[in-house]
Amino acid sequence: MKKLIIAFVMAVVPALGMAAGGGVHLDHADIDLGDQASLQRGAKLFVNNCLSCHSAKYQRYNRMAKDLGLSEEEVTANLMFTTDRIGDTMQIAMSPENAGKWFGVIPPDLSVISRSRGVDWLYTYFRSFYVDESRPFGVNNIVFPDVGMPHVFWELQGMQKANFKDVDGKQVFDSFELVSKGKMSVEEFDGAMLDLTAFLSYIGEPVQMERRALGVKVIIFLLFFFVVAIMLKKEYWKDVH
Amino acid sequence: MSENKGFMAWIDARYPATQVWSEHLADYYAPKNFNFWYFFGSLAMLMLVNQILTGVWLAMSYKPDAALAFGSVEYIMRDVNWGWLIRYMHSTGASFFFIVIYLHMFRGLLYGSYRKPRELLWVIGVVLYVLMMATAFMGYLLPWGQMSYWGAQVIVNLFSTVPFVGEELGIFIRGDFVISDATLNRFFALHFLLPFLLCAVVFIHIVALHKVGSNNPEGIEIKKGPKGNKWSDTAPADGIPFHPYYSVKDIAGIIGFLILFSAALFFAPEMGGFFIEHPNFEPANPLKTPNHIAPVWYFTPFYAILRAVPSIAGSAFPGVVAMGAAIVVMFFLPWLDKSPVKSIRYKGPIYKVALALFVVSFVILGYLGVQPTSPGKTLLAQICSIIYFAFFLLMPWYSKIDKTKPVPERVTK
Repeated sequence: MKKLIIAFVMAVVPALGMAAGGGVHLDHADIDLGDQASLQRGAKLFVNNCLSCHSAKYQRYNRMAKDLGLSEEEVTANLMFTTDRIGDTMQIAMSPENAGKWFGVIPPDLSVISRSRGVDWLYTYFRSFYVDESRPFGVNNIVFPDVGMPHVFWELQGMQKANFKDVDGKQVFDSFELVSKGKMSVEEFDGAMLDLTAFLSYIGEPVQMERRALGVKVIIFLLFFFVVAIMLKKEYWKDVH
Repeated sequence: MSENKGFMAWIDARYPATQVWSEHLADYYAPKNFNFWYFFGSLAMLMLVNQILTGVWLAMSYKPDAALAFGSVEYIMRDVNWGWLIRYMHSTGASFFFIVIYLHMFRGLLYGSYRKPRELLWVIGVVLYVLMMATAFMGYLLPWGQMSYWGAQVIVNLFSTVPFVGEELGIFIRGDFVISDATLNRFFALHFLLPFLLCAVVFIHIVALHKVGSNNPEGIEIKKGPKGNKWSDTAPADGIPFHPYYSVKDIAGIIGFLILFSAALFFAPEMGGFFIEHPNFEPANPLKTPNHIAPVWYFTPFYAILRAVPSIAGSAFPGVVAMGAAIVVMFFLPWLDKSPVKSIRYKGPIYKVALALFVVSFVILGYLGVQPTSPGKTLLAQICSIIYFAFFLLMPWYSKIDKTKPVPERVTK
C-alpha cells in the first residue's frame, strides 16, 4: 500500500530535469527579488539596453515604480523614454514590420520571457556571446546558436571568443577567453547580468513576492484550522466508537 | 426526522426540503469504517466548485480572441484585482482536480467499488472522467500559448486519422483547416458549457451512490447485515449518519487537502512546467512548431499509449484506437472482475501484483508521455501499454483463479 501511494506521488511531482537548455550547461542565477537595489539596477540596464528593440508590453511603469520602491517622478525622469504617461505599459517605437526587415526576426516581447526560458537560461545567455565573423552582427551565442541579436553589452563585457574541443568528431563548447576588455570586470559584469535577470524575473510575474508572502499566511491559518477541524471530528466521533 | 412546524412545514408541503436533507445527509447511513481513500469524492466536488467559481470570474476578464487571448491572461495576472490568485486557483485547480480523481478511481480499484450493485455508479463515474478530460483539453487552449496551440493541433489531428471521414471530422471540430480564432472561440463556449453538464452528471452519480449505498474498505454490504444502531432501529448496524459524522470528518480532510493545494498554488504554481508548461508563456505561433510537444501531465499516460503503437501504412489510426480503447476499457471493469470478494483486503496475491504492476506502468506511461521518443523509451511504453491492457483484459481469468480470503459478516475495522 505504501508503495502504491509513493508511486502515485511520483506521478504527480516528477518536476525534475525539465529545464530545456539545448544540452548546454546553464549557470544557476542566484537572484534575490527581495533586493530592491538589484531590481532597480536591473531596470536601468533593461530600459537603456533592451527596451529599444524589445517591448515588455504587459508591464506598467507605475506598477514597476511601486514594486521597486521608486517614486513615479523618479521613474518618469530616469527610466521612461518611450512614453510620458506613467500608467502606460513598456512599449517600443519600432514597428514589428520594420523589426522584421532590419533584424530578420521580430525581437520577442520580454514580459514573460523569464517564464518561458527560465532565469538560469537568461543569465547564461547574457554571458555567452562570442566572436563569430560568419554571423551578421559578428557574434554568436552558445545557448542560443545563430542568434539574430547583436551583443548589446559588448562595451561592458568586452569581447570573448569561444574555445571548442573535439569530442567524438563533434565540436563541443569548452571555455570562453576574453579577447578585448570591457568597462566592467568579469565579476562586475556577472553581477550586472544577475540584476538584469532578477528584473526580468520580476516583470515575468510582478506579483510573485506578494504571492509567496500571502501563501505563508494562508498555510499558517489552514494549519491552525486543521487542528480545530481534527478536534471537532474527534469530539463528534466519540459517539461512534 | 420529526415533523416541522412553521416556515419549514410551509416549505415541506410544497418542496421536499427536509426529506432531501434527511435522505441524503442526516439519515443517509454510510459504513463506519471509511479510511483515507474515502476523502477524494468530496474533494472532487470541492475542486469542481472551485473550477466553476474561478472560471466564471476569469471569464469576466478573459477574451476568447486569437489576437487578444494571451494578453488578456497577462492582464488578469497583473491588472485585475486578485486576478493572479483566481487564475492560479484555476490552473493549479485543474491539475489537483485530476490528482483527486485519479486517487478516487484508484480507491475504486482497491476496494472493488465498481462491483455489483455499483456497476452503474462506476460507469457514470467514467462518463464524468471523460467529460472532465474534454473540459480540461478545451480549457488548455484558452491561454493561447505555444503548448495550448500545438497540443490542440496534435490532439485534433488524431481525429483526422479516422479513415474516410477523418479530414472532415478535423475541420468540423476546428471550424477551420488549422487551429485558429474560430477554434478558440468554440472551445471557450464548450469549456464554459461542459462544467454544467459535469454538475448534472455528478448529481446523477450521487443519486446512484445513495441508491446502492457506499462501499467500504472491507467490501462488506452493510445493508445486508443486521439492523439497528443508536440512531435508528431500521438502519444498518454498521452504518453511521453521514451528517454530522462524515461531514465533520470531510471538513478535516478538506482543510488538509487545502494545505497541500495552497503549497502548490502559492509556491509552485507552474510545478516545474508540469501544471503550466514553460513554452506556454510564448504566444501561439502557427508558423513555429516547437521541437517537442507534450500534453499536460494528466493526459500523458494515454499519449504514451498512442505513441507506443506503430503506424500501419503511414496512418497513426491504430495508435488512436489504442488510446481510445485505454479509456473505453474502463467502462467494462465491473464485468471483468470475477473475484468472489470485492476488497483488496480479501483478494489474493495475483490481484495485488496485478494492481501494483498496473499503477507502476500507468505512472511510467505518464512519465514517457512528456519525454521525447527514443527506441528504448518506445519499447518501454509498449511493455507498459501491454500491462495496462492486460490488467483489464486478463482480469476475468486471473480474478477467478486468485486465492481469496473469507470475508467477515460484519465491519470490524
